[in-house]
Amino acid sequence: MKNYYNPEDLKKFGNIGEFQKNLADKFFDYYGETFKEGALTAREKSLIALAVAHTIQCPYCIDAYTADTMEKGCDEQQMMEAVHVAAAIRSGATLVHSVQMMNKYKELSM
Amino acid sequence: MIKSLKARKSELADVGYEIQILSAKTPTGFESNAFATKLRESHLYPLKPVKIDTLQINVGKMCNQTCKHCHVDAGPDRKEIMTRETMQHCLDVIKGHSFTTIDLTGGAPEMNPDFRWFVEEIRKIDKKINIIVRCNLTIIVANPSYYDLPDFFKQHNIEVTSSLPHFTVMRTDSQRGEGVFEKSIKALRMLNAVGYGKDDSGLILNLVYNPSGAFLPGSQKSLQQEFKKKLKDPYHIVFNQLFCITNLPISRFLDYLLVSGNFDDYMEKLISSYNPIAAEGVMCRNTISVGWSGYLYDCDFNQMLEMKVETSDQHISKWNTETLTQREIQTNQHCFGCTSGAGSSCGGATS
Repeated sequence: MKNYYNPEDLKKFGNIGEFQKNLADKFFDYYGETFKEGALTAREKSLIALAVAHTIQCPYCIDAYTADTMEKGCDEQQMMEAVHVAAAIRSGATLVHSVQMMNKYKELSM
Repeated sequence: MIKSLKARKSELADVGYEIQILSAKTPTGFESNAFATKLRESHLYPLKPVKIDTLQINVGKMCNQTCKHCHVDAGPDRKEIMTRETMQHCLDVIKGHSFTTIDLTGGAPEMNPDFRWFVEEIRKIDKKINIIVRCNLTIIVANPSYYDLPDFFKQHNIEVTSSLPHFTVMRTDSQRGEGVFEKSIKALRMLNAVGYGKDDSGLILNLVYNPSGAFLPGSQKSLQQEFKKKLKDPYHIVFNQLFCITNLPISRFLDYLLVSGNFDDYMEKLISSYNPIAAEGVMCRNTISVGWSGYLYDCDFNQMLEMKVETSDQHISKWNTETLTQREIQTNQHCFGCTSGAGSSCGGATS
Protein backbone atom coordinates (compact mmCIF):
# COMPACT_ATOMS: atom_id res chain seq x y z
CA MET A 1 0.00 0.00 0.00
CA LYS A 2 1.30 3.45 -0.83
CA ASN A 3 1.72 5.97 1.95
CA TYR A 4 2.53 9.65 1.94
CA TYR A 5 4.87 9.07 4.88
CA ASN A 6 7.49 6.30 4.90
CA PRO A 7 9.79 5.87 7.96
CA GLU A 8 12.61 4.84 5.62
CA ASP A 9 12.52 8.32 4.04
CA LEU A 10 13.86 9.90 7.23
CA LYS A 11 17.20 8.15 6.60
CA LYS A 12 17.27 9.75 3.15
CA PHE A 13 16.90 13.30 4.47
CA GLY A 14 20.56 13.96 3.68
CA ASN A 15 19.86 13.24 0.00
CA ILE A 16 17.96 16.50 -0.54
CA GLY A 17 21.30 17.88 -1.73
CA GLU A 18 20.96 15.77 -4.88
CA PHE A 19 18.58 18.37 -6.35
CA GLN A 20 20.12 21.53 -4.85
CA LYS A 21 23.46 20.96 -3.14
CA ASN A 22 24.36 24.52 -2.22
CA LEU A 23 21.18 25.27 -0.28
CA ALA A 24 21.14 21.81 1.30
CA ASP A 25 24.72 22.25 2.53
CA LYS A 26 23.87 25.64 3.97
CA PHE A 27 20.77 24.20 5.66
CA PHE A 28 22.57 21.21 7.22
CA ASP A 29 25.43 23.44 8.43
CA TYR A 30 22.90 25.77 10.03
CA TYR A 31 20.94 22.83 11.46
CA GLY A 32 24.05 21.25 12.98
CA GLU A 33 25.19 24.56 14.45
CA THR A 34 21.75 25.26 15.93
CA PHE A 35 21.66 22.02 17.90
CA LYS A 36 25.15 22.35 19.35
CA GLU A 37 25.62 23.00 23.07
CA GLY A 38 25.29 26.78 23.48
CA ALA A 39 23.53 29.16 25.87
CA LEU A 40 20.96 26.34 25.91
CA THR A 41 22.17 22.78 26.48
CA ALA A 42 21.87 20.23 23.65
CA ARG A 43 19.40 18.44 25.91
CA GLU A 44 17.15 21.52 26.29
CA LYS A 45 17.26 22.09 22.55
CA SER A 46 16.25 18.50 21.92
CA LEU A 47 13.22 18.86 24.21
CA ILE A 48 12.21 22.07 22.41
CA ALA A 49 12.56 20.22 19.09
CA LEU A 50 10.37 17.40 20.41
CA ALA A 51 7.66 19.88 21.42
CA VAL A 52 7.84 21.72 18.08
CA ALA A 53 7.74 18.38 16.23
CA HIS A 54 4.33 17.75 17.81
CA THR A 55 3.10 21.23 16.98
CA ILE A 56 4.00 20.93 13.31
CA GLN A 57 2.92 17.26 13.47
CA CYS A 58 5.89 15.97 11.53
CA PRO A 59 6.11 12.19 12.02
CA TYR A 60 9.77 12.16 10.96
CA CYS A 61 10.66 14.79 13.56
CA ILE A 62 8.64 12.98 16.27
CA ASP A 63 10.55 9.73 15.65
CA ALA A 64 13.88 11.52 15.44
CA TYR A 65 13.47 13.64 18.57
CA THR A 66 11.89 10.89 20.66
CA ALA A 67 15.09 8.89 20.09
CA ASP A 68 17.28 11.96 20.52
CA THR A 69 15.74 13.05 23.84
CA MET A 70 16.00 9.44 25.11
CA GLU A 71 19.66 9.36 24.11
CA LYS A 72 20.18 12.59 26.00
CA GLY A 73 18.79 11.01 29.17
CA CYS A 74 15.33 12.64 29.26
CA ASP A 75 12.70 10.53 30.93
CA GLU A 76 9.14 9.91 29.81
CA GLN A 77 7.71 12.50 32.20
CA GLN A 78 9.98 15.26 30.89
CA MET A 79 9.17 14.32 27.31
CA MET A 80 5.42 14.36 27.92
CA GLU A 81 5.67 17.69 29.77
CA ALA A 82 7.45 19.16 26.73
CA VAL A 83 4.55 18.02 24.52
CA HIS A 84 2.08 19.55 26.99
CA VAL A 85 3.90 22.87 26.67
CA ALA A 86 3.36 22.66 22.89
CA ALA A 87 -0.26 21.66 23.39
CA ALA A 88 -0.87 24.45 25.90
CA ILE A 89 0.52 27.08 23.52
CA ARG A 90 -1.54 25.62 20.68
CA SER A 91 -4.80 25.63 22.63
CA GLY A 92 -3.93 29.00 24.15
CA ALA A 93 -3.47 30.39 20.64
CA THR A 94 -6.94 29.14 19.72
CA LEU A 95 -8.52 30.48 22.88
CA VAL A 96 -6.85 33.89 22.79
CA HIS A 97 -8.50 34.43 19.40
CA SER A 98 -11.83 34.12 21.16
CA VAL A 99 -11.23 37.65 22.43
CA GLN A 100 -11.59 38.72 18.79
CA MET A 101 -14.79 36.69 18.59
CA MET A 102 -16.04 38.37 21.76
CA ASN A 103 -15.09 41.81 20.42
CA LYS A 104 -16.92 41.17 17.16
CA TYR A 105 -19.89 39.69 19.03
CA LYS A 106 -20.17 42.81 21.13
CA GLU A 107 -19.74 45.05 18.08
CA LEU A 108 -22.61 43.31 16.30
CA SER A 109 -24.87 43.06 19.31
CA MET A 110 -27.41 45.62 20.41
CA MET B 1 12.39 -12.42 37.63
CA ILE B 2 13.18 -13.49 34.05
CA LYS B 3 15.40 -16.53 33.49
CA SER B 4 18.69 -16.69 31.61
CA LEU B 5 18.58 -17.61 27.91
CA LYS B 6 20.33 -20.83 28.87
CA ALA B 7 17.63 -21.78 31.40
CA ARG B 8 14.95 -20.85 28.87
CA LYS B 9 16.72 -23.09 26.33
CA SER B 10 16.63 -20.18 23.90
CA GLU B 11 18.28 -20.61 20.51
CA LEU B 12 20.38 -17.57 21.39
CA ALA B 13 22.09 -19.49 24.19
CA ASP B 14 23.95 -21.16 21.33
CA VAL B 15 26.83 -18.85 20.32
CA GLY B 16 26.96 -20.40 16.86
CA TYR B 17 23.43 -19.14 16.26
CA GLU B 18 24.30 -15.70 17.65
CA ILE B 19 27.30 -15.38 15.35
CA GLN B 20 25.17 -16.50 12.40
CA ILE B 21 22.73 -13.63 13.09
CA LEU B 22 25.55 -11.12 13.55
CA SER B 23 27.29 -12.25 10.38
CA ALA B 24 24.24 -12.07 8.12
CA LYS B 25 23.92 -9.29 5.58
CA THR B 26 21.64 -6.57 6.98
CA PRO B 27 18.42 -5.71 5.12
CA THR B 28 19.89 -2.30 4.35
CA GLY B 29 22.79 -3.94 2.57
CA PHE B 30 25.68 -3.99 5.02
CA GLU B 31 27.82 -7.03 4.27
CA SER B 32 28.90 -9.58 6.85
CA ASN B 33 32.43 -8.18 6.83
CA ALA B 34 31.28 -4.55 7.27
CA PHE B 35 33.34 -4.09 10.46
CA ALA B 36 36.55 -5.35 8.86
CA THR B 37 35.88 -3.08 5.86
CA LYS B 38 35.47 -0.04 8.12
CA LEU B 39 38.66 -0.92 10.00
CA ARG B 40 40.50 -1.25 6.69
CA GLU B 41 39.28 2.23 5.65
CA SER B 42 40.61 3.56 8.97
CA HIS B 43 43.97 1.78 8.41
CA LEU B 44 43.36 -0.32 11.51
CA TYR B 45 42.95 -3.76 9.91
CA PRO B 46 44.01 -6.22 11.18
CA LEU B 47 43.29 -4.80 14.62
CA LYS B 48 46.37 -5.19 16.81
CA PRO B 49 47.03 -4.54 20.51
CA VAL B 50 49.06 -1.54 21.59
CA LYS B 51 50.17 -2.41 25.13
CA ILE B 52 48.48 -4.85 27.49
CA ASP B 53 48.01 -2.92 30.72
CA THR B 54 44.60 -4.17 31.90
CA LEU B 55 43.56 -7.65 32.94
CA GLN B 56 39.79 -8.03 33.10
CA ILE B 57 38.78 -11.14 34.97
CA ASN B 58 35.26 -12.51 34.79
CA VAL B 59 34.95 -14.59 37.94
CA GLY B 60 31.63 -16.15 36.95
CA LYS B 61 28.19 -15.89 35.44
CA MET B 62 26.37 -16.24 38.76
CA CYS B 63 24.33 -13.15 39.61
CA ASN B 64 21.45 -12.14 41.89
CA GLN B 65 19.85 -10.25 38.99
CA THR B 66 18.80 -11.12 35.45
CA CYS B 67 18.94 -7.80 33.62
CA LYS B 68 17.22 -7.77 30.25
CA HIS B 69 20.28 -6.42 28.42
CA CYS B 70 22.93 -8.65 30.05
CA HIS B 71 25.63 -9.68 27.55
CA VAL B 72 26.82 -12.42 29.93
CA ASP B 73 23.39 -14.08 30.19
CA ALA B 74 24.10 -14.07 33.92
CA GLY B 75 21.60 -14.92 36.62
CA PRO B 76 20.90 -16.93 39.77
CA ASP B 77 20.54 -20.05 37.59
CA ARG B 78 24.10 -19.78 36.20
CA LYS B 79 26.57 -21.89 38.14
CA GLU B 80 29.74 -21.33 36.07
CA ILE B 81 32.24 -19.62 38.39
CA MET B 82 36.03 -19.36 38.57
CA THR B 83 37.82 -21.82 40.87
CA ARG B 84 40.56 -20.83 43.31
CA GLU B 85 43.03 -22.79 41.16
CA THR B 86 42.27 -20.59 38.12
CA MET B 87 42.44 -17.50 40.34
CA GLN B 88 45.90 -18.66 41.42
CA HIS B 89 46.96 -18.76 37.73
CA CYS B 90 45.68 -15.18 37.41
CA LEU B 91 47.71 -14.16 40.48
CA ASP B 92 50.85 -15.71 38.98
CA VAL B 93 50.31 -13.67 35.80
CA ILE B 94 49.65 -10.47 37.79
CA LYS B 95 52.96 -11.04 39.65
CA GLY B 96 54.91 -11.44 36.43
CA HIS B 97 53.40 -8.66 34.31
CA SER B 98 53.15 -4.94 35.02
CA PHE B 99 49.42 -4.30 34.75
CA THR B 100 48.06 -0.93 35.80
CA THR B 101 44.49 -2.20 36.26
CA ILE B 102 42.82 -5.42 37.36
CA ASP B 103 39.15 -5.26 36.48
CA LEU B 104 36.91 -7.81 38.24
CA THR B 105 33.56 -8.53 36.70
CA GLY B 106 30.84 -11.19 36.47
CA GLY B 107 27.85 -11.90 37.01
CA ALA B 108 28.03 -10.47 40.48
CA PRO B 109 31.73 -11.06 41.24
CA GLU B 110 31.07 -10.86 44.98
CA MET B 111 29.00 -14.08 44.79
CA ASN B 112 32.06 -16.16 43.99
CA PRO B 113 32.99 -17.72 47.39
CA ASP B 114 36.69 -16.98 46.72
CA PHE B 115 36.10 -13.35 45.73
CA ARG B 116 37.39 -11.78 48.94
CA TRP B 117 40.42 -14.07 49.09
CA PHE B 118 41.22 -13.18 45.47
CA VAL B 119 41.00 -9.42 46.08
CA GLU B 120 43.22 -9.71 49.18
CA GLU B 121 45.83 -11.69 47.24
CA ILE B 122 45.89 -9.18 44.37
CA ARG B 123 46.35 -6.34 46.85
CA LYS B 124 49.21 -8.25 48.54
CA ILE B 125 51.05 -8.40 45.20
CA ASP B 126 50.79 -4.68 44.54
CA LYS B 127 49.76 -1.93 46.93
CA LYS B 128 49.24 0.57 44.12
CA ILE B 129 47.61 -1.42 41.32
CA ASN B 130 44.13 -0.18 40.44
CA ILE B 131 41.59 -2.87 41.30
CA ILE B 132 38.11 -2.28 39.88
CA VAL B 133 35.10 -4.25 41.05
CA ARG B 134 32.06 -4.08 38.77
CA CYS B 135 29.40 -4.16 41.46
CA ASN B 136 25.72 -4.36 40.53
CA LEU B 137 24.83 -2.50 43.80
CA THR B 138 21.91 -4.71 44.79
CA ILE B 139 24.27 -7.48 45.90
CA ILE B 140 25.35 -5.21 48.80
CA VAL B 141 21.83 -5.36 50.23
CA ALA B 142 20.97 -8.89 49.03
CA ASN B 143 21.65 -10.54 52.40
CA PRO B 144 23.50 -9.71 55.65
CA SER B 145 26.69 -11.50 54.56
CA TYR B 146 27.22 -8.77 51.96
CA TYR B 147 26.35 -5.74 54.10
CA ASP B 148 30.03 -5.14 54.91
CA LEU B 149 31.11 -5.01 51.24
CA PRO B 150 31.54 -1.19 51.29
CA ASP B 151 33.99 -1.58 54.22
CA PHE B 152 35.78 -4.44 52.46
CA PHE B 153 36.11 -2.34 49.29
CA LYS B 154 37.43 0.59 51.34
CA GLN B 155 39.92 -1.56 53.25
CA HIS B 156 41.49 -2.76 50.00
CA ASN B 157 41.22 0.55 48.17
CA ILE B 158 38.98 -0.85 45.45
CA GLU B 159 37.54 1.34 42.71
CA VAL B 160 33.83 0.58 42.59
CA THR B 161 32.09 0.79 39.21
CA SER B 162 28.35 0.28 39.39
CA SER B 163 25.53 0.10 36.90
CA LEU B 164 22.66 2.50 37.23
CA PRO B 165 20.96 2.90 33.86
CA HIS B 166 18.84 5.84 34.90
CA PHE B 167 17.90 8.17 37.72
CA THR B 168 14.24 7.20 37.42
CA VAL B 169 12.62 4.09 38.87
CA MET B 170 10.87 3.15 35.63
CA ARG B 171 13.92 3.20 33.35
CA THR B 172 16.11 1.36 35.85
CA ASP B 173 13.59 -1.30 36.81
CA SER B 174 12.54 -1.92 33.20
CA GLN B 175 16.10 -3.02 32.43
CA ARG B 176 17.32 -4.53 35.70
CA GLY B 177 14.18 -5.88 37.36
CA GLU B 178 11.46 -4.69 39.72
CA GLY B 179 12.70 -3.01 42.88
CA VAL B 180 16.29 -2.67 41.63
CA PHE B 181 16.29 1.14 41.66
CA GLU B 182 15.27 1.35 45.32
CA LYS B 183 17.86 -1.25 46.37
CA SER B 184 20.53 0.47 44.28
CA ILE B 185 19.85 3.79 46.02
CA LYS B 186 20.16 2.05 49.40
CA ALA B 187 23.49 0.49 48.36
CA LEU B 188 24.78 3.80 46.99
CA ARG B 189 24.00 5.43 50.35
CA MET B 190 25.98 2.68 52.11
CA LEU B 191 28.94 3.30 49.76
CA ASN B 192 28.71 7.06 50.31
CA ALA B 193 28.53 6.49 54.08
CA VAL B 194 32.03 4.96 54.14
CA GLY B 195 33.36 7.75 51.90
CA TYR B 196 32.92 6.40 48.36
CA GLY B 197 32.31 9.11 45.76
CA LYS B 198 33.07 11.92 48.21
CA ASP B 199 35.61 14.64 47.41
CA ASP B 200 39.06 14.05 48.88
CA SER B 201 38.21 10.59 50.26
CA GLY B 202 40.30 8.99 47.52
CA LEU B 203 37.59 6.32 47.25
CA ILE B 204 36.32 6.20 43.69
CA LEU B 205 32.71 5.37 42.90
CA ASN B 206 31.86 5.49 39.20
CA LEU B 207 28.46 4.79 37.71
CA VAL B 208 27.71 3.09 34.43
CA TYR B 209 24.88 4.25 32.22
CA ASN B 210 23.67 2.02 29.43
CA PRO B 211 20.50 2.83 27.57
CA SER B 212 17.42 0.92 28.66
CA GLY B 213 16.24 0.28 25.12
CA ALA B 214 17.18 0.27 21.46
CA PHE B 215 18.93 3.64 21.40
CA LEU B 216 22.48 4.88 21.77
CA PRO B 217 23.91 6.77 24.74
CA GLY B 218 24.12 10.54 24.38
CA SER B 219 26.99 12.79 25.47
CA GLN B 220 28.73 11.37 28.55
CA LYS B 221 29.50 14.85 29.86
CA SER B 222 25.87 16.05 29.70
CA LEU B 223 24.49 12.80 31.11
CA GLN B 224 26.96 12.95 33.98
CA GLN B 225 25.78 16.47 34.83
CA GLU B 226 22.17 15.33 34.76
CA PHE B 227 22.85 12.21 36.86
CA LYS B 228 24.78 14.25 39.44
CA LYS B 229 21.91 16.72 39.74
CA LYS B 230 19.14 14.10 39.90
CA LEU B 231 20.92 11.82 42.39
CA LYS B 232 21.93 14.68 44.67
CA ASP B 233 18.38 15.91 44.94
CA PRO B 234 16.33 14.13 46.30
CA TYR B 235 18.60 11.17 47.16
CA HIS B 236 21.72 13.00 48.51
CA ILE B 237 23.93 10.59 46.56
CA VAL B 238 27.34 11.56 45.19
CA PHE B 239 29.64 9.76 42.77
CA ASN B 240 32.77 10.49 40.74
CA GLN B 241 32.28 9.81 37.04
CA LEU B 242 29.54 8.48 34.81
CA PHE B 243 30.64 6.03 32.11
CA CYS B 244 28.34 5.70 29.09
CA ILE B 245 28.41 2.22 27.62
CA THR B 246 26.65 1.24 24.40
CA ASN B 247 24.70 -2.03 24.51
CA LEU B 248 26.30 -4.55 22.17
CA PRO B 249 23.95 -6.71 20.09
CA ILE B 250 24.75 -10.04 21.72
CA SER B 251 23.10 -12.41 24.21
CA ARG B 252 20.07 -11.02 26.08
CA PHE B 253 20.27 -7.59 24.44
CA LEU B 254 20.27 -9.31 21.05
CA ASP B 255 17.25 -11.32 22.21
CA TYR B 256 15.50 -8.07 23.19
CA LEU B 257 16.34 -6.47 19.82
CA LEU B 258 14.99 -9.44 17.87
CA VAL B 259 11.82 -9.88 19.95
CA SER B 260 11.01 -6.15 19.89
CA GLY B 261 11.67 -5.86 16.15
CA ASN B 262 14.47 -3.32 16.68
CA PHE B 263 17.44 -5.38 15.45
CA ASP B 264 17.80 -4.04 11.90
CA ASP B 265 17.38 -0.37 12.86
CA TYR B 266 19.75 -0.73 15.81
CA MET B 267 22.46 -2.34 13.68
CA GLU B 268 22.05 0.35 11.08
CA LYS B 269 22.36 3.05 13.73
CA LEU B 270 25.54 1.43 15.09
CA ILE B 271 27.07 1.01 11.65
CA SER B 272 26.17 4.46 10.36
CA SER B 273 27.65 6.13 13.45
CA TYR B 274 31.02 4.36 13.12
CA ASN B 275 33.74 6.68 14.39
CA PRO B 276 37.35 5.97 13.31
CA ILE B 277 38.74 7.82 16.34
CA ALA B 278 36.70 5.59 18.65
CA ALA B 279 37.96 2.56 16.68
CA GLU B 280 41.53 3.58 17.37
CA GLY B 281 40.83 3.71 21.11
CA VAL B 282 38.91 0.42 21.56
CA MET B 283 39.67 -1.27 24.87
CA CYS B 284 40.60 -4.65 23.37
CA ARG B 285 43.87 -3.01 22.29
CA ASN B 286 45.10 -2.73 25.89
CA THR B 287 43.06 -5.40 27.69
CA ILE B 288 43.02 -9.16 28.03
CA SER B 289 39.83 -10.72 29.27
CA VAL B 290 39.92 -13.93 31.32
CA GLY B 291 36.85 -16.18 31.43
CA TRP B 292 35.66 -18.19 34.45
CA SER B 293 37.39 -21.31 33.14
CA GLY B 294 40.70 -19.49 32.55
CA TYR B 295 40.55 -19.05 28.78
CA LEU B 296 41.70 -15.73 27.32
CA TYR B 297 39.68 -13.42 25.10
CA ASP B 298 40.06 -10.01 23.47
CA CYS B 299 37.20 -8.59 25.56
CA ASP B 300 34.26 -9.63 27.74
CA PHE B 301 31.96 -9.61 24.68
CA ASN B 302 34.18 -11.92 22.63
CA GLN B 303 34.34 -14.07 25.76
CA MET B 304 30.57 -14.48 25.71
CA LEU B 305 30.72 -15.34 22.00
CA GLU B 306 33.45 -17.90 22.84
CA MET B 307 35.87 -16.21 20.43
CA LYS B 308 39.19 -17.03 22.15
CA VAL B 309 42.38 -15.03 21.53
CA GLU B 310 44.02 -16.05 18.29
CA THR B 311 47.29 -17.38 19.70
CA SER B 312 48.60 -20.86 20.40
CA ASP B 313 48.46 -20.31 24.18
CA GLN B 314 44.83 -19.58 24.95
CA HIS B 315 44.74 -20.31 28.67
CA ILE B 316 45.81 -18.13 31.62
CA SER B 317 48.08 -21.00 32.81
CA LYS B 318 50.07 -20.56 29.59
CA TRP B 319 50.23 -16.75 29.56
CA ASN B 320 52.63 -15.43 26.95
CA THR B 321 52.91 -11.63 26.76
CA GLU B 322 54.80 -11.72 23.49
CA THR B 323 52.33 -13.79 21.48
CA LEU B 324 49.39 -11.95 23.05
CA THR B 325 50.84 -8.58 22.05
CA GLN B 326 51.43 -9.75 18.50
CA ARG B 327 48.03 -11.36 18.02
CA GLU B 328 45.24 -10.21 15.72
CA ILE B 329 42.13 -9.14 17.64
CA GLN B 330 39.01 -11.09 16.61
CA THR B 331 36.14 -8.93 15.37
CA ASN B 332 32.60 -9.30 14.06
CA GLN B 333 29.60 -7.00 13.60
CA HIS B 334 28.99 -6.67 17.38
CA CYS B 335 32.21 -4.62 17.51
CA PHE B 336 30.32 -1.69 15.96
CA GLY B 337 28.93 -1.21 19.49
CA CYS B 338 32.35 -0.02 20.71
CA THR B 339 33.05 2.25 17.74
CA SER B 340 29.77 4.14 17.35
CA GLY B 341 29.45 7.81 18.22
CA ALA B 342 31.80 8.82 21.02
CA GLY B 343 32.92 5.19 21.34
CA SER B 344 32.28 2.79 24.17
CA SER B 345 34.39 0.77 26.57
CA CYS B 346 34.17 -0.52 30.14
CA GLY B 347 35.56 2.91 31.04
CA GLY B 348 32.89 4.76 29.07
CA ALA B 349 33.31 6.95 25.99
CA THR B 350 36.66 6.67 24.22
CA SER B 351 36.82 9.83 22.12
